[in-house]
Amino acid sequence: MWKAAPALLLLGAAPGAQPVALDLIKSDALPAKLSDFHFFNGAAPNAGVAPYALNTPLFSDYAVKDRYLYLPPGTQAKFSSDGLPDFPVGAALIKTFRYGATKVETRVLLHRGSAWVALPYVWQGNDAVLKRAGTRVAVTTLGKTLDYAVPNVNQCKECHALDGVLTPIGPKARNLAPGMLGNNATGVRLPTWGDTAAPVEARARAYLDVNCGHCHNPKGAASNSGLSLTWETSATTAIGIGKTPVAAGRGSGGFLYDIDPGRPERSIMIYRMATTEPGVAMPELGRAMVHKEGVNLVSDWIADMNHESKQ
Amino acid sequence: MNKRQVFATALALAAAPLAGKTIRVFPSSNSQEALQTALIDAQPGDVVTLAAGRYMLTDGLSLDVNRVTVRGAGPDKTILDFKTQKATGEGLLVTSNDVVLRGFAVEDARGDAIKSKGANRIVYYDLRVEWTAGPKETNGAYGVYPVASTDVLIDKVTVRGASDAGIYVGQSKNIVVRNSLAEFNVAGIEIENSYSADVHDNVSTRNAGGVLVFDLPDLPQKGGNSVRVFNNRIVDNSTPNFAPKGNIVASVPTGTGVMVMASRNVHVFGNSIGDNATTNVMVVAYKRPFTDAQYNPLPRDVVIHDNTHGRSGWAPAFVGGAILAKAMGGAIAPIFWDGAGGAPATNIRITDKVGVVTMGLIEPLTPVTQARPAPIDLSKSAGVPEPPAVVLPASMEAAVK
Repeated sequence: MWKAAPALLLLGAAPGAQPVALDLIKSDALPAKLSDFHFFNGAAPNAGVAPYALNTPLFSDYAVKDRYLYLPPGTQAKFSSDGLPDFPVGAALIKTFRYGATKVETRVLLHRGSAWVALPYVWQGNDAVLKRAGTRVAVTTLGKTLDYAVPNVNQCKECHALDGVLTPIGPKARNLAPGMLGNNATGVRLPTWGDTAAPVEARARAYLDVNCGHCHNPKGAASNSGLSLTWETSATTAIGIGKTPVAAGRGSGGFLYDIDPGRPERSIMIYRMATTEPGVAMPELGRAMVHKEGVNLVSDWIADMNHESKQ
Repeated sequence: MNKRQVFATALALAAAPLAGKTIRVFPSSNSQEALQTALIDAQPGDVVTLAAGRYMLTDGLSLDVNRVTVRGAGPDKTILDFKTQKATGEGLLVTSNDVVLRGFAVEDARGDAIKSKGANRIVYYDLRVEWTAGPKETNGAYGVYPVASTDVLIDKVTVRGASDAGIYVGQSKNIVVRNSLAEFNVAGIEIENSYSADVHDNVSTRNAGGVLVFDLPDLPQKGGNSVRVFNNRIVDNSTPNFAPKGNIVASVPTGTGVMVMASRNVHVFGNSIGDNATTNVMVVAYKRPFTDAQYNPLPRDVVIHDNTHGRSGWAPAFVGGAILAKAMGGAIAPIFWDGAGGAPATNIRITDKVGVVTMGLIEPLTPVTQARPAPIDLSKSAGVPEPPAVVLPASMEAAVK
């Protein structure tokens, strides 16, 4: 369903003068360029586009991520629980992945009324172009050249779908600083995963919630595993303690349990976090490097568990 | 139905094949993007054709559009080659309904080869899945892997080399696996935590285990039941078990024909089963500790009749197997039961004209050192009636005509 982008009609207008193209967000158009949306004026966010940050973010191969929320004029995101707010139709979440000053991709999530739609844009010069089939981009970081994977639109959905319905993941009230994006919800707060002043268990559970819980939940892509890694999970087996693998195949690494209490070196969870081998590595998408600090955190949590407490 | 309704229905049926368009894909140096773009651009009713040739792929592919057929030029002509796959957990992932996959091969996927999740009425037809270096622990786990789906048809599919199960159906309902070949996998065909499955007219050979019917705890769908395994050739399952430890199939003794574990209402009949060094048919409880209060680890209401048995049991690949075989005159009986739960609670009925051995274990976790092996006659058990044949929606049968 390609439609001529209405923005084309505005060609010739002074750059930077246009407001965010709300009509494009709400239509079923697939704009070819990120600039078609007018989310930015140069480097600065346009009117209605607000930056935000998360306490504990998803690890993305050490990329720096700039996050923005666009809200149509006169609307707001309504926070009422520790989870996601109610977003108005026309809202857009915009996330740019960069290494230093080099932007690699910008993912947009558009609230089109009937559904959210996820579109990946890959930077080429001063603009980013739509790559619905994903692509790979060579980037250099930490002295290594990385074959960075931009997800295709189906892969966007693999992480973003709950019961098959696309939904935002990141800006949950519990993972935002109070006041940010108008978040006035009270209740649980995820710690910052690297904040050593916070308890290891809370930081590890926050890390797993953000990095794994979008698939590993009862409505997510990994529901059939029976492993549920969200912040809300309380059952010890569901979180992986003493849980035997179901469909892990060689992902088990020859170990018996997802979490072998007191023994991170014998826990499948750590084995899969600490590898980049396709078919073994977890998360399956969006990670071509090992997040050593994250592995260390979850290892510390497992090491602290009493080995005798295992069922 | 009045005349107008009949007319409207006829019109709809006539219109249906015309509704879709054909998207043609050819192998190229840009196969990844071309093929993935086609799978994204497809609309309900479309057919994506894959011309003959070898498609070198760098990432997993996925399809999330209902009513799409992906059709190759044949399982030896159109080859999706994942040797160069850099990421993702499977070769091809399907997450939409009414999808037909036919006429192509998937080779050397780094994880599972073809997975479909929450994909109702999926048809896998005339496919080949293979890990081309033969059985290796580093091969992907599952060949074809429908899970959490209602109405599944696997027909004329060949799978070789899976390090778990070649053909695996998990947590699904209303399943038919037929006319397929599974060889050189750890498990040939496995039905797990599923309801209503017919597994028939397949050949499962040279795996570690031929056909498994399992139920496991701590999963969203459990209490697997109503499975019929019939008219299959389940022979020479002699490939040493190469599953990575930790996985349940790693516990399948090499040389097992049919294995029923912790499932209910399972009927095994009319199969030709032989040349399996451990045993032709094994019925056992789930033998690991578990916390799931709703889970029953015992096999129950298992009926075994009218199978043809070849040689078996001369080298049972479980602890104490060799001693047992010697004690029983060089080979254990062709049908093996662990005895857990006792005869009344498990209601296992066996009328095959061959011997049955029980290990006499009291409970699932009774150590094997306390086994009291003995021949047993289970032909007087009450048994249960066979479940009706699995009937799939007509659209699925039409897709393989």
